[in-house]
Amino acid sequence: MTPNLHLWLIPILPLVGAAINGLLGKRFSRSLVTAVALVFSGAAFVMALWVALEFRSLPSVPHLESLTTWLRSGTFTVDYSFYLDQLSLVMLLVVTGVGFLIHIYSVGYMREEGGYYRFFSYLNLFMFFMLTLVLAANYLLMFVGWEGVGLSSYLLIGFFFLRDSAASAGKKAFIVNRIGDFGFLLALFLMIQHFHSLDFSSVFAAAKTYAPETAGIGFLTAIGLLLLTGACGKSAQIPLYVWLPDAMEGPTPVSALIHAATMVTAGVYMVARSHTIFERAPTALMVVAIIGTLTAFFAATIGIAQTDIKKVLAYSTISQLGYMFLACGVAAFSAGIFHLMTHAFFKGLLFLAAGSVIHAVGGEQDMRKMGGLKTRIPWTYRTMTIATFAIAGIPPLAGFVSKDEILWRAYQASWAYWLVGVVTAFITSFYMFRLWYMTFFGEYRGAAEHDHSEQAHQAHTSGHHGHGGIHESPAVMLFPLVVLAILSFVGGWIGWPGSLGGSNQFDKFLGPVFRASTPALNTAHAQGGEATPPEAETEATEPIAGHTTEIIFTGISVFAAALGLALAWLLYKHRPELPDRIAASLHGLYQAVANKYWIDELYAAIFVKPLIAISGTVFWRGIDQGIIDATLDGSAEGAREVSDNLRHMQSGNLRSYAGWVAIGALVVMAYMAWVGAGAR
Amino acid sequence: MVPLSYYLVLSGILFACGVMGFLVKRNIITIFMSIELMLNGVNLSFVAFAAHWQNLSGQVFVFFVMVVAAAESAVGLAIIIAVFRTRETLNIDQVNLLKL
Repeated sequence: MTPNLHLWLIPILPLVGAAINGLLGKRFSRSLVTAVALVFSGAAFVMALWVALEFRSLPSVPHLESLTTWLRSGTFTVDYSFYLDQLSLVMLLVVTGVGFLIHIYSVGYMREEGGYYRFFSYLNLFMFFMLTLVLAANYLLMFVGWEGVGLSSYLLIGFFFLRDSAASAGKKAFIVNRIGDFGFLLALFLMIQHFHSLDFSSVFAAAKTYAPETAGIGFLTAIGLLLLTGACGKSAQIPLYVWLPDAMEGPTPVSALIHAATMVTAGVYMVARSHTIFERAPTALMVVAIIGTLTAFFAATIGIAQTDIKKVLAYSTISQLGYMFLACGVAAFSAGIFHLMTHAFFKGLLFLAAGSVIHAVGGEQDMRKMGGLKTRIPWTYRTMTIATFAIAGIPPLAGFVSKDEILWRAYQASWAYWLVGVVTAFITSFYMFRLWYMTFFGEYRGAAEHDHSEQAHQAHTSGHHGHGGIHESPAVMLFPLVVLAILSFVGGWIGWPGSLGGSNQFDKFLGPVFRASTPALNTAHAQGGEATPPEAETEATEPIAGHTTEIIFTGISVFAAALGLALAWLLYKHRPELPDRIAASLHGLYQAVANKYWIDELYAAIFVKPLIAISGTVFWRGIDQGIIDATLDGSAEGAREVSDNLRHMQSGNLRSYAGWVAIGALVVMAYMAWVGAGAR
Repeated sequence: MVPLSYYLVLSGILFACGVMGFLVKRNIITIFMSIELMLNGVNLSFVAFAAHWQNLSGQVFVFFVMVVAAAESAVGLAIIIAVFRTRETLNIDQVNLLKL
């Protein structure tokens, strides 16, 4: 007898919170809104913890719970059902845990803002959709969550909707995501066509019967590539990454929760969840790895020249997501999920700490106007330091362990992935320490403190924070920072690599999810006589090289991180005048990087402007006004004109009526005479 | 024996006179009389056919028509009186409220 864990409760709890706050919150006091939001998201977290405790004693994994049948069409059914295995458990804990912490943080951060209830309602709604996505037992329910988090993201990016840039950033995020979702949807259709089901269990079972598509491109590759399109949209990978930097218009807790820790990792989760399909589509897997590598490198270089503290973090998020894709692309799914988890800790922390900094300096986001904040906001400084060291990959922090694992697995697939990965690690370390030095060291470069109240006032009108001089954030904001800092520090230890005397418990824990498909793969190999893809080979067999090689590679990546730190120290601490001179001497390159390689402008020129032009001339004026409106208006106009003329018959003059009757009678008679003549 | 066609031609002339009167005249009473003329033109053709085919149905129809015409003239004259009382005219062109 399988125990019933009532998994459906986990997503429903935040939904109830969202409904209460969204429908009634306007009349509630702030403390009541806070209580509702925190109780329901906290309950989801507690429930997730309980599920984690019960997980060990489950007789069978994956554990399936079906609530009801959702759709039925002929033999095709979709259930409203939930799927719990090691992978969704990790995601569940990350989403509810980090989500709950960020709810707490938001209480402090949003204290001064209007629309307080609306904010928490959206935040809870996001939790509902994200948990639906993570717990779904079929692709369609996952798609519901997938679209739902996109909706919540849109609502929260445009939270300060009075600001034009926020409203358009929300739209941009939504529309760019739509492109990816289109690919996802097509993948679902292909699955229905080939597997006649969308349930994870049956899709994967059916996929296992196919041999890897090493030669040519089959439907598994097509599904893989379409799923990847969806993942690229959600996880901000090339070429659909452009929405994420703009998404920073949202309140900082939103950037932390949605655009760093949870939602953007949905793409990685989806790819990892579909590993059975990807393992049989080596071409698609290779594309995943290439896109991941390119994105990691590309976004990192843009991050160097950004001056907005949140934009730097946004590009670093894109870059780190690239690492996760790289990991998935070399079939090191557990390494990707591991990095997803540690990234959720340290990037969530970075954003929350950045929010705390912005809060402290009165809504200023430009790092050139910060500096010297180390002693002013000590707790923010301490936690941010841990996060910076973690993302830079300095041992023994979380980022080091997971990034190193990815780089090592990437090297086993191809040295090129590894090389770009290490260079990216160096750049990451450089721009993160640049941010760290610019924010916390040197002299304060912002407005003088007695001007501060005025600046704060201006910031308020634009929807930002600030009240009075530089000050440390309240305890309610610092508590999540400290918890996340601890997690960023120790979170990597559960996956400590074997080469450094650990046992990588995380990989072992996730093992059953990702290795379950390998025996079938080998059988398919034996039966089909097809060559097993090299990625799958590494997944199946133990690492070829010994620990010594691995330690050397670890050393190299640590060295790269240290080099980044040293360079940042040289340029932004030791000789702060140097960066401007370097920028001046490398004018063209610097401009390209500072302007994000003009990708936004390029997209505007290639896609947006022609589309607007076509919509304006062809679709709007041509089809909509010229054909559809013209047909409707024309028929209405015609009817009006005809009746306008017919109206004159209704003169009220009895004799004219009689005349019409007489004429009508004559016509009828003439017709009958004509018919009669014809009949004869 | 007068041939059937004579009756029918006479009937047609009577009906046409009625129609013309109805269309041309302005006095309501004259129009009313024109209606009676049309009815009687039709009646004539009915009885002519009845005699020609040796069938009583035509005669029965004529009785019905005459009964209806009597009822109609009673109602019609009452309406004419009511119209005259309210409009103080019998000119049909001035009784033209029945329009858009």
